[in-house]
Amino acid sequence: MNLSARMIITLTVTALVVGGILTVFYKSVEPRIEHNRLEEEKKAIFAVLDGASAYDTISKDIALASGKKRTVRIFKGKDANGNIVGYAFVANGPGFAGIISMMVGLNVDKESLAGMKVLDQVETPGLGNKIVENKFTDQFKGLKIKPKIGYVKLKKPEQPTDIQAITGATISSVAVINAINNEVNVVLGILAEEGDGAAAVKAPEGK
Amino acid sequence: MSLSKIFKTGLWNNNAVIKLLLGMCPTLAVTNSAINGLAMGLASTFVVLCSSSFVSVIRRIVPGGVRIPTYIVIIAGFVTLADFFLRAFFPAISKALGPYVPLIVVNCMIMGRAEAFASKNPILPSFVDAAGMGIGFTWVLVVLGSVREVLGNGSIFNFVFAPESVYTPWIIMILPAGAFISLGLMIGLINYFSMRKARAAQ
Repeated sequence: MNLSARMIITLTVTALVVGGILTVFYKSVEPRIEHNRLEEEKKAIFAVLDGASAYDTISKDIALASGKKRTVRIFKGKDANGNIVGYAFVANGPGFAGIISMMVGLNVDKESLAGMKVLDQVETPGLGNKIVENKFTDQFKGLKIKPKIGYVKLKKPEQPTDIQAITGATISSVAVINAINNEVNVVLGILAEEGDGAAAVKAPEGK
Repeated sequence: MSLSKIFKTGLWNNNAVIKLLLGMCPTLAVTNSAINGLAMGLASTFVVLCSSSFVSVIRRIVPGGVRIPTYIVIIAGFVTLADFFLRAFFPAISKALGPYVPLIVVNCMIMGRAEAFASKNPILPSFVDAAGMGIGFTWVLVVLGSVREVLGNGSIFNFVFAPESVYTPWIIMILPAGAFISLGLMIGLINYFSMRKARAAQ
């Protein structure tokens, strides 16, 4: 056998064997990975909607300016008696160092937020990543959303729509606010269109 | 060279980070806390153990011209296994390490052991060499992560012993600059003391 044939065979066989092992292993752990992802989502939904013990998922495709479609998922939180306690949704936006992703809770009156929890962020440690701390996120509890959320620096906010930005991390703070403002508008639009509870898809994981 | 000597080489004399200066990227990037350093060290140790053994087994049948691509495929395979494993069983650690787990593929320490040792030696010495190198890599990452976490966050292994009310953390230590400062000082100190020791021995 000549050398180039040996080289081709060696590489092909190695790639096939490694690929095969990975496929088998991935198939065996995939349910767990998916389970972890859902658990995290569920925990975040219940964290931002006080009193929720179950939720339904509303999925809706919206057209973007670029012509593409985006799927918005709204989680309708319910308490033990089946009453709607609020709506949760994921808001994403560009932060200082990367995308900030948050779970946001909207009160059932659709006038104020029920809570906020950061899911993913890569902001600067010690400065921007303070957006995950309760001191910052608790400000969103009960925050009025109309006409829109704003911020103040270095003092206590006076308007019911304002939060206090983190000192030294204004960009990260503003990124959070912008992402929430944008997504709130989208979600309010969808909720107005759908009416309360119409076309809600029952999510199997919502226990 | 005896097996125990091969093992000890990786721990100190040929330590990947402090002596060979290999694997700098993960060393600098993930050591902002002790637990992240430990997790990265253990994941890398797993990969270097598996890939060195595997490379050693197939060392006679891989043609020289494609040995590097072959090693890379093997290493990438084990890295992906480790990545899946962390995502399935340790999601929090997987999230903290983020993109640095897939990047173990390009850790020169692992490639270096495959090329410099495992491709020329039988499986047992290759395994022992990989174990020494992996543990050597891990302890440096844990020490570096601990120093940075203690100074930069007032905690160690997530245990807060100096809350912010009594100690103002040096935030720079958990930022990228702190990684360069602490690694530079650590290597400098080690070199200083080894030189003094060598001079005293003369």
